[in-house]
Amino acid sequence: MSAILAVRDLQKSFGSVVAARDINVAVPPLQTVGIIGANGAGKTTFVNMITGHLRPTSGTIVFADRDITGWPSREIARVGITRSFQVPQIFSSLTVLENMCAATAIAHASGGLFNQALTPLHSPRTLAESQAALELFRIAGYRHALAATLPQGVRKLLDIAMAVAGAPRVLLLDEPTSGISIEEKFELMDVVMTALKDRRVTVLFVEHDMDIVERYADRVLAFYDGAVIADGPPLETLENPRIQELISGPKLKAATAGAGHA
Amino acid sequence: MLTAFAILTDGLVYAAYLFLVAVGLSLIFGVMKILNVTHGSFYAFGAYGSAVAVGIYFERGLPAAGGFLLMILVAMAIGLILGLVLERGLLRLVYGKDEIVVVLVTYAAFLILEDVIRLIWGAGSYALYQPLGAAGTIDVGALVLSGYDIGLVALAGLIALGASFAIKHTRWGRLLTVVIFDREVAAAFGINVSAVYTFTFIVGAMLGALGGAVMAPKIAVTLGIGVEVIVLAFAVVAIGGMGSVGGALIGALLVGECRAAAVHLMPQVELFVIYAVMALVLAFRPQGLFTHAQPRKI
Amino acid sequence: MTTMLRPLVIGTLAFLLVAGLAPAFPVWIVSLATLAFANALVVLGLIILWRAGLVPFGQALFYAIGAYAVALITRYTGVRDVFVLIAAGAVLSCLAAFLAGLLLARYREIFFSMLSLAMSMILYGVLVKTETLGSTDGFGVEPPTYFGYAPQGAMQLLVLFWLVLAFGAAAALLVFLYFRSVAGSLAVPVRDSEIRLEFLGVSVNRLIHLNLMIAGILAGIGGALAALSIEHVDPNMAYWTTSGGFVFVTILAGAGSVAAAFVGSFLFELLKSIAYDILPGAWQFFLGAVLLITILFLPEGIGSVFARLRRQKPQSTGATP
Repeated sequence: MSAILAVRDLQKSFGSVVAARDINVAVPPLQTVGIIGANGAGKTTFVNMITGHLRPTSGTIVFADRDITGWPSREIARVGITRSFQVPQIFSSLTVLENMCAATAIAHASGGLFNQALTPLHSPRTLAESQAALELFRIAGYRHALAATLPQGVRKLLDIAMAVAGAPRVLLLDEPTSGISIEEKFELMDVVMTALKDRRVTVLFVEHDMDIVERYADRVLAFYDGAVIADGPPLETLENPRIQELISGPKLKAATAGAGHA
Repeated sequence: MLTAFAILTDGLVYAAYLFLVAVGLSLIFGVMKILNVTHGSFYAFGAYGSAVAVGIYFERGLPAAGGFLLMILVAMAIGLILGLVLERGLLRLVYGKDEIVVVLVTYAAFLILEDVIRLIWGAGSYALYQPLGAAGTIDVGALVLSGYDIGLVALAGLIALGASFAIKHTRWGRLLTVVIFDREVAAAFGINVSAVYTFTFIVGAMLGALGGAVMAPKIAVTLGIGVEVIVLAFAVVAIGGMGSVGGALIGALLVGECRAAAVHLMPQVELFVIYAVMALVLAFRPQGLFTHAQPRKI
Repeated sequence: MTTMLRPLVIGTLAFLLVAGLAPAFPVWIVSLATLAFANALVVLGLIILWRAGLVPFGQALFYAIGAYAVALITRYTGVRDVFVLIAAGAVLSCLAAFLAGLLLARYREIFFSMLSLAMSMILYGVLVKTETLGSTDGFGVEPPTYFGYAPQGAMQLLVLFWLVLAFGAAAALLVFLYFRSVAGSLAVPVRDSEIRLEFLGVSVNRLIHLNLMIAGILAGIGGALAALSIEHVDPNMAYWTTSGGFVFVTILAGAGSVAAAFVGSFLFELLKSIAYDILPGAWQFFLGAVLLITILFLPEGIGSVFARLRRQKPQSTGATP
């Protein structure tokens, strides 16, 4: 299998509004893809189609040689594509450890609802795996804290940690560093990308911060007006004057050289 | 042919009754997002107040027109007092809490008020018959229509028109519309949402009391009349959409005609046809026929 | 496993104690407790749904189905065996819950509550207008037999009480275990983030449908037992005020613990009974006031008191219970 995720001629229209057109992308396993574009350019539509939240108007999505076009989110999640959210989707009434245990237990207790009704939640295995996951994402220190009280960075990390509980092959991160202060962005991404590399996950992330994209992506997809207008290595793509004009803005070479990254 | 006409007129009268009891509830739910079980108490208080006060009035032999006016005034007074006391005294304490919790608070208030009614007016039954006689009858072909019923339909129509006009063309109406749509945005624009709430609740209470006041001559005013009315009002509001006056009207007409048809054609389904319609509408359009669905906020 | 053992032991002891002491109590208390524990089953179902953020306003639907199943079978077939009767009630309410759930499970919040209400009022309308079902007066229910044994005199009440207690204990155990299963513990996550659950592969609608069926069966068995307890059924058992009463007790009990359903239900019946006696013209006032006070000062119900006591125990380094 050459590409773990292959999208062909993907199209999405809402009535007369074309939100995505002619998208053709093939992602090899373990590649890290950065997705950039202005708001409304089609990035979120793209992500939503892959993760089953939206049904494409036409085109196909193939995951590990399996056509998953139009599948509902939970089936796509079950076969191995999950996502994190801009607003972290965590269980605010539970502790961090309970959150992780829930995600882990669900991942283990496959086979439908009745099986889940008969499987006890707290098994030593679930506990150990949850603990390990929290440590991998460096949030084990918060394990007994109520999720509602967490700082934004920890919420993001928990959201991502839960998304990988079921050992997905592909993970889509929706603006992982949005809402995080500049000093903490790199720290967060370091933890996330190290963890995901450890888990051997192919990552696609949507980002507005070009420094993040430049540092962590192997490849950049640039969206504009519903179409992919650039697809290549980060340096090359971000230097492209057209991309700078439409999306990223000019690079301030002196400033980026001078500013220390965490 | 006669049956069809009878269904039409019966349905219209029943629809007028339903609209009168439901419009206040719809308003309160639309603006404050509260499913107000105490609405049944407004109705009951209105009915008792009307039965007693208007009864005394007619016994004095005073002109009939004044009696009808008194009905409306009694309802407004009751609505004002009850509405103010409940909104300021009780609901203030639970704003912002879970929707369900607020419903239960209004349920608790309803239970309390049921016994307050008993305390004030006892367990007996009151009959207010004079307004019916005063309104007379009208012969339409073979059918005899009660003048009072016609008056009810007219009143319902007037209130529907008045409410629609008020909402669209007055300042208060426009404020109401904004708050119905999004209370946070309304507050951000400097609208005194708290005052709008109080005002709406009082208006809703007045309308509920009015429903009871004008229905008093047609029913036996006794303990427990609020209980059935609540769930009927809920049904109409659910069908028409919460917060929509036009919706309450259409909902009332739909249910009224369905029920009239049932009464004349298949009496055994009379009671449940109302709730069947409610269930059907909820199944296909849970937000009701006349409101827009709330967008999901991720 | 040790965290489960303690409540199980305490629970078993409590049930055995109550069963053993029953003959010593005056008849009116045993009678009250019988109805209270039958109703507690309905409350258990409501607690399951409330944890997921759903409060149906029409559980009386299944309660009435269970009750009428018992009443109709005794009246029209002469079958009096209590286990057949309860089984019939359970099966019928299970079926009803399955069908109702097909629609209901797709709704949330107030729409869920209202649709549930509508369904129960439909049944009410049918019951009131149907002669063969007794219409407004309802009809009586004969005392049951237990595998052929027909208790006499004082034993009639006692044996029924022990039966209700046994069902209560079984239900309590099963729900207790359910809350500790994967499916059962997803209730709070459903309330917090359905999206996250869907993206973990869980069908939230199916989960809610399952919970509705469990609550429906519990309510049906509760109704069947209640019919035997009060020896009468009438359409009021499907009316919204009956549903309201169950929701009332659920708030009183709180969603925290299984025991609270039974304690809360008993307290409610006791309060109602005392209120009728002492303030016959103001019992609704009294109940309304109690509900109000509970909502305002004890929003998590009586069960929260238990939960608070439990949480004061020091955290172990292992999992939180």
